[in-house]
Amino acid sequence: MLLEYVDNLRSKNAAWVTEVVEAYGEVTVFVPRESIVDACSFLKSEHGFDMLVDLCGGDRGPEEDPRFEVNYHLFSTKHHKRLRLKVLLSEDDPHVATVTTLWKTADWHERETFDLLGVIFDGHPDLRRILLPSDFDGHALRKDYPLRGYEPYSMN
Amino acid sequence: MGLENTLFESLPDVVTVKLDAVVNWARKSSLWPATFGLACCAIEMMNTVSARNDLSRFGAETFRASPRQADVMIVSGRVSRKMAPVLRRIYDQMPEPKWVISMGACATSGGVFDNYAIVQGVDKIVPVDIYVPGCPPRPEMLVHAIMMLQDKIMKESVKDRRDTFEPESRVSIVPGTLPVTEGTALEKETEIEVAQNQVSRPYSIPSRHEKRRSS
Repeated sequence: MLLEYVDNLRSKNAAWVTEVVEAYGEVTVFVPRESIVDACSFLKSEHGFDMLVDLCGGDRGPEEDPRFEVNYHLFSTKHHKRLRLKVLLSEDDPHVATVTTLWKTADWHERETFDLLGVIFDGHPDLRRILLPSDFDGHALRKDYPLRGYEPYSMN
Repeated sequence: MGLENTLFESLPDVVTVKLDAVVNWARKSSLWPATFGLACCAIEMMNTVSARNDLSRFGAETFRASPRQADVMIVSGRVSRKMAPVLRRIYDQMPEPKWVISMGACATSGGVFDNYAIVQGVDKIVPVDIYVPGCPPRPEMLVHAIMMLQDKIMKESVKDRRDTFEPESRVSIVPGTLPVTEGTALEKETEIEVAQNQVSRPYSIPSRHEKRRSS
């Protein structure tokens, strides 16, 4: 049932889907970062995925390439279906287009992802820190961030 | 008839005491803590004022939401670095005389949270009078801390507690920094110059924890 949406995505534009993972009854679609907004827009307008439940980042570790991932958890209040989109980003160029144009709630989620992981969302209306102090040095949820921060407490 | 009769029969008309003794007695008998719950210690702090432990026996049950009406700040819980400027500002807003109780291991030393997010001891930000160990301390320990603070207040002198010029509480502070306090201003500058030139500085006051870490 969920794979139908993947097929629809593929038939719309085959370049949108690079990989599909199905586990525990959940479907994850890997989307190239250039087409994440188009894919989200298509799913929202055509297939009723009108709710962005969560947008979160992940750090796979400094030795991995691509290092960062951004997860988009979509939910359809119409069909009661969930779908996860995933964008992979390299460490050198952690840019991805914002989806605040589609879901307003992505605003703070993207700010959080930027704050803790340093993923930059192009086109975001107000991309600044949200959880950490505004003059914080570094991104705290990166795997190579030292537990005690940079010494001594560097607040500027 | 009652106590009054016995008192006035046995006491002279005029009693002479030290001003310190009277003022300190008045202060210690009516401590108003500021409501400043930060973490799980705050649950124990609430328990302290509840019926079972009844902090009002010691005159300290009137928790005030406004720091301008409070005497004691009970820092109950871990202080994050983002909360640190807020805590300092609330402390600055409290009128003299004021005291600080650092409640629990986290407020005292950072506790188990030896990481980038937590201030390693609230004494980096505000002067602390009483430290309470425990994780969290039992309500009895907080009651004991208040009683110790009352003993401490009785040893104070009225002359030591004056409202001082505090420019830091009257200007905006850059987030994540501490206001400039006395000791950072140059000796030659007047108070007005200090107020004009003062900028906020990062709160990187080295404490014994910092020294321990860097070594």
